[in-house]
Amino acid sequence: MQQIINFIIRNKIFLLFLLLFSVSILFTVQSHSYHKSKFINSANFLTGGVYNSVNNITEYFALKSQNEILAKENNRLKSILYNSQAKQDSSFVDSLLFGSPYKFTTAQVIKNSYNTLDNILLINKGTKNNIQQDFGVITDKGILGIVDQTSGGFATVLSILNSNSKISAQLKKTNHFGSLVWDGKSPNITQLVDVQKIAPVAVGDTIITSGRSSIFPKGILIGTINDFKLDQSENSYIIDIKLFTDMTNLEHVYVIENVNLPEIKSLLSNE
Amino acid sequence: MNNVLSVHTIRFITLVFLQVLIFNHINFMGHINPYPYILFIALFPIKNNRINIIVLSFFLGLSVDLFLDTGGMHAAASVFAAYIRPIFLKFSFGTIYEHQTIKFETVEFGSKLTYFSLLTLAHHLVLFLLELFNISKIILVFQKTLFSGIFTILMCILITIIFSRKNK
Repeated sequence: MQQIINFIIRNKIFLLFLLLFSVSILFTVQSHSYHKSKFINSANFLTGGVYNSVNNITEYFALKSQNEILAKENNRLKSILYNSQAKQDSSFVDSLLFGSPYKFTTAQVIKNSYNTLDNILLINKGTKNNIQQDFGVITDKGILGIVDQTSGGFATVLSILNSNSKISAQLKKTNHFGSLVWDGKSPNITQLVDVQKIAPVAVGDTIITSGRSSIFPKGILIGTINDFKLDQSENSYIIDIKLFTDMTNLEHVYVIENVNLPEIKSLLSNE
Repeated sequence: MNNVLSVHTIRFITLVFLQVLIFNHINFMGHINPYPYILFIALFPIKNNRINIIVLSFFLGLSVDLFLDTGGMHAAASVFAAYIRPIFLKFSFGTIYEHQTIKFETVEFGSKLTYFSLLTLAHHLVLFLLELFNISKIILVFQKTLFSGIFTILMCILITIIFSRKNK
């Protein structure tokens, strides 16, 4: 017994090192798997508050470019609104969001990241604003990511520039679909994999979300095809997509809630 | 003693904030960032207990992790650097270290550079191994370690020169 205690006292530094090192490795392993980083994430009072107050200052520097982006979007939406009025179904002309399964919430990105292999963003809306895990996040130009962890006033977003992220996407002109992944090389280029060889792929074609995951509605823009090649098995394409969203300049984003998601999930789990 | 304590507390907080608010947004050539928060580990008093520095490094790394959403990578790398520090001290400063009389403001520039470089490379190697978490990307790990390491060493040397007290 005494020898054991002596051993512990003699090697206490090494044992302490081993303990703390393995705790950190445990956290790291958790952070590498989807939806597991419960303890160490930036959606908490301290880090969220710090990022929020810093963002209050830094957002002024990007004010001009962000205003231009919002004005362009307003312009686009107005043109859609006035052009479509004539064709609308007369029974529900102004019933706000009647029967629409998607609810939108605006939010601001207060921490952006695009330089590591697993990028996670922080937005300034949380459970108080009814934002929960697995809600989709988009910008005015296209897709951004999926909500991961939430706290009262903040939420982390698993960016599409993350090796754990896998979002269903398809070609705009046909319904051939694949999964959107990222190889970690450039923040403007992501990859669409598992697209069948039979699909008519051409450089410049548009890629949209497929709506299969029921997180995003069908038809949200992602990007255009930059380059494509067959994978090793020669059965499916690996397509390089140039994103519409500038991932390095983000401020105003929209969080999408699919109201029907619980119903869809319970239906699928019954099978 | 009280003075030493407050100096290190302020240094801890300042370095964490500088790291997460400024140095992590440099993104030189797309993805190269310096990590000068390890100055806290490098400049920790040598006479002090080794247990203190290991525990403090863990919390230093963990606070950086909290801000950057990186799980425990920085904590692991910092603990590793703190544990292995005496070996680098002995290698870079030789006999002065044996007598435990080093003052980081007075040592030669060459040995200080060696010491910072060794510590930085050890820290960054563990950090990027855990970040990429894939043994088949080992070349990318070395590449990132080298580029970020050079940047970090440069920043560390600059910061120590700027904030060195003139001892007359």
